Amino acid sequence: MSSLRFTEQALSTWMRCGGSHSEIVISSRMRIARNLEHLPFPLLASAEQAEEALSQLAPVFESSPAPGLGTFELVKLDELDELDKKVLVEKHLISPNLANDSRGGAVILNEDESVSIMINEEDHLRIQCLFPGLQVKEAWERASAIDDIFEDAVNYAFDDRRGYLTSCPTNVGTGLRASVMVHLPALVMTQQINRILTAVNQVGLTVRGIYGEGSEAVGNIFQISNQITLGQTESEIIENLHGVVTQIIEHERNARERLLAESPLRITDRIKRSYGILSFAAVMELKESAQRLSDLRLGVDLGILENPSISVLNELNVKTQPGFLQKMFGDEMTSTERDMYRAKLLRETLGSQH
Amino acid sequence: MQCQECGVRPATLHFTKIVNGEKTEFHICESCAREKGELIPGTAGGFSIHSLLSGLLDLEGAGKGKAAAATNAQGLHCEKCGMTYSQFSKLGRFGCSSCYKYFDNALDPLFRRVHGSTSHVGKLPKRAGAQIVFKRQIDELKQELQQSIVEEEFETAAQLRDQIRKLEKEMAQ
Ligand SMILES: [Zn+2]
Ligand SMILES: [Zn+2]
Repeated sequence: MSSLRFTEQALSTWMRCGGSHSEIVISSRMRIARNLEHLPFPLLASAEQAEEALSQLAPVFESSPAPGLGTFELVKLDELDELDKKVLVEKHLISPNLANDSRGGAVILNEDESVSIMINEEDHLRIQCLFPGLQVKEAWERASAIDDIFEDAVNYAFDDRRGYLTSCPTNVGTGLRASVMVHLPALVMTQQINRILTAVNQVGLTVRGIYGEGSEAVGNIFQISNQITLGQTESEIIENLHGVVTQIIEHERNARERLLAESPLRITDRIKRSYGILSFAAVMELKESAQRLSDLRLGVDLGILENPSISVLNELNVKTQPGFLQKMFGDEMTSTERDMYRAKLLRETLGSQH
Repeated sequence: MQCQECGVRPATLHFTKIVNGEKTEFHICESCAREKGELIPGTAGGFSIHSLLSGLLDLEGAGKGKAAAATNAQGLHCEKCGMTYSQFSKLGRFGCSSCYKYFDNALDPLFRRVHGSTSHVGKLPKRAGAQIVFKRQIDELKQELQQSIVEEEFETAAQLRDQIRKLEKEMAQ
């Protein structure tokens, strides 16, 4: 096993403080796509050209790091083993595309892992900033400041009319993908989620489930992001997302209150049952653990459970993923063994808190 | 919510496609999305907009009046990286930044479908952006100049011409 520092801890340091609305919003993420003017996009770049993009972009952050973000470290993907790549993906620090399909791919991470700069992904440069809770404006400001540092040092592919030119036509213009990860158990339980998701779509946002095999919306965690990158300013995109998420928070909060008021016994039983099962089960599939961890998260917010903390739950969401389990308990395991180790991890983490 | 394609698995992808200002909603599961190759902005791996883009272009070709335009677009190619328009429509990815220039004629309808818009209004890079600001100022002054000539206000015209020259000089530096 390698000793890559970024894959040792399940929870990035930036995730340890909650941020605003942390009972519903897990994190805010900003991603900016940029390309170098004179090189073909990574899709068509030769090995030498990929190397050239890397050698232009990598030194920028070594020579003039952004103030207040700590030191940055460059990690080349072809120097990592498969397991470390998998864990970086599970922590959302790199994309599956960078992990599996990139040539000359690399990532620059800062100490608390709140900044991840991917090189030679689908675009030459992808700047990603993560913040806990609902902090889309803060995340945009940081990402934009990092963008300025790069723009000072290299020539971006930019067109007067089309804006920042990207490999995929769905990113052209601002190159901005702003997203917020939200936990919406009460809207799912009260079957209002469809109505909400439909409404969200009508204002140009995309919703997808995250976690779980095949990206099913297990664990009631959804990612809401902007769909349009051309013809809107960054502030319009961010304000639209912020406004919609604020409304969703309001709906989820109302639904939680109503659940507790109308069926206190049913909801309390459901949450305590999940706590019991997670604390004692011998085999635990990912899908079930995600669903039951969602119950615990809700239980903590409703005051039905005192423990575990939201931070422990965030950590468990990452630790119960296949890659991280393998990292903790040994390289090779069958899916049955994985379910067994997952149960063991949950028992040990939650059992100690009784 | 059930997937609107298979009606069996839960829908995990929810998005709106904007075609000429008309919105269509999609609620589908990931495996159906993969099968259909639907347009999923912002998703990585597995499936992508690839086949849909080619679908869109076929669609255009199928429309009688647009058949010729679509055939023309298929003949385009980027002189910088060599990518042809039909490769682009299959891959759903541009090969280099010059592709935007060489495929320009075919891009407005595509961007209108995907974004409901064809031009950028957001952030400008500081250095390249400064040039754009100059260019926009000069264009405006040139229009004013035309206007003043038409209106026979030659003194104003002379002033405007000087201003334009000055800006062009600054821009060249
Ligand atoms: Zn389906
Ligand atoms: Zn090209």
